[in-house]
Amino acid sequence: MQSDTTKSTDSTSGRTVTTRRLDKFFLNLADVSAFVSRFFREAVLPPYEFKEIVRQCFEVGYRSLLLISTTGFITGIVFTNQSRPSLSEFGATSWLPSLIAIAIVRALGPLVTALIAAGKVGSSIGAELGSMNVTEQIDAMEVSGTNPFKFLVVSRVLATSITIPILTMYTIFVALMGAYINVNLNEQTSFISFIQEVFGAISYVDIFASVTKSIVFGFTIGMVGCYKGYHSSKGTEGVGKAANSSVVTAMFLVFIEELLSLQIISAFR
Amino acid sequence: MSKATTPTETVISIKGLRKSFGNLHVLRGIDLEVKRGENVAVLGRSGTGKSVLIKIMVGLLKPDAGKVVVLGEDVEQLRGKELDAFRQKVGFSFQSSALYDSMSIRENLEFPLVRNVRNLSREDIDKAVEKALEDVGLSQTINQMPSELSGGQRKRIGIARTLILKPEIMLYDEPTAGLDPITSVEINNLINDVRERLGATSIIITHDLTCAKTTGDRVAMLLDGKFERVGPFDEVFADKDERIQQFYNYKFVD
Repeated sequence: MQSDTTKSTDSTSGRTVTTRRLDKFFLNLADVSAFVSRFFREAVLPPYEFKEIVRQCFEVGYRSLLLISTTGFITGIVFTNQSRPSLSEFGATSWLPSLIAIAIVRALGPLVTALIAAGKVGSSIGAELGSMNVTEQIDAMEVSGTNPFKFLVVSRVLATSITIPILTMYTIFVALMGAYINVNLNEQTSFISFIQEVFGAISYVDIFASVTKSIVFGFTIGMVGCYKGYHSSKGTEGVGKAANSSVVTAMFLVFIEELLSLQIISAFR
Repeated sequence: MSKATTPTETVISIKGLRKSFGNLHVLRGIDLEVKRGENVAVLGRSGTGKSVLIKIMVGLLKPDAGKVVVLGEDVEQLRGKELDAFRQKVGFSFQSSALYDSMSIRENLEFPLVRNVRNLSREDIDKAVEKALEDVGLSQTINQMPSELSGGQRKRIGIARTLILKPEIMLYDEPTAGLDPITSVEINNLINDVRERLGATSIIITHDLTCAKTTGDRVAMLLDGKFERVGPFDEVFADKDERIQQFYNYKFVD
């Protein structure tokens, strides 16, 4: 009898915990939806923060350029090196430029750029806005007659959405250069024939898909960083959590989006 | 200490103000009227809702019940451009100073000016910034970053940034918190100086008795979510109420 009572209590408290978690999940979802819809509303309505958007574009690009150059170049070299043995088994090393071009343009370029940007830019946005929130700088902006959402959030999200596709194109270029050096050293392929192979393998759909995907990645990284920073809990711990959570959530969403975009682009192709 | 002369017009009127955070009932029916040019110091222990009160007055927080009318405007009803215009007339000096870390002192001071006042020439902006810094005695910091300043300097720059728009009302949130006694006196003098120069009405949120006595024409004692006593400093603390006496007589015991 006693055991039945205990079981029923456990079961009741279990339901309560589940209900609470569900409530929290849906409340968070509503909060995120409101934040995203506010972004679109504020982005369309004047006044526009052109100067701040340009400044943020420069910040995003400047912060990531060195890291992206290095990782892009290494990705090109390593991917070429790793692909060679498999192709050489079939005596098809001449296909290396085509294979590398397809992999880098369709997947590696946008993905590597987005992951680097999520770590470098996303964390920085989360920490910056989190710190501004904790030290009442966002409130100070609001009471001085400036819309902090427009000035801080809209400008940063637009900057990441504009800059990350540009960085992606740059990563693709650098990665292909890395691949060319490797191919040139091993197969003595000339630059002209490497480029011909590369452009023969990719189509406009690939480039268009890559750019579109990067815009979505950029939007996600900016939005997640801003949301986490803007809603950080008070205290220095909140700033750390905002920065950390910005990176983890943005990376997770980037992979989900990569998977979804793969399905959508395959349908077009 | 300077005091305002014969204030007449009511510029701040608070009636039946209530605010709760979950089960925590912070403000339980606040009533207060402040006349133009008057300085009112709001005293109370930490966590009693003093800062909440002034945040409601500038629309940073919404009240659960009651009405707050500032400069003839029902603050809760203001939206968008009307609210922005209203906020230009009400300066808010934050407890943490809230200087923008990524901007220099010059950029911090320019920020409200550039964004709120149209058609200002570069020369006008520079003059206004230099004047504001001169008024708080920190002209030499113009090209420094906030992280290079001391707590007292940050407070004064925070006040200068607020004053650059020449507000009619100043709200100070714990202006002397965390400062040494000498710097606290400097801040108190600055608050009085602001009233003399701008004729601004001020509400000073503090738990520092010296600050309240030096700057306030009246003191409002916030106890259990209500203003239990409002009046001149000496009158309020002549009250035999145990809670008021406890606040007044608290001394450091070694």
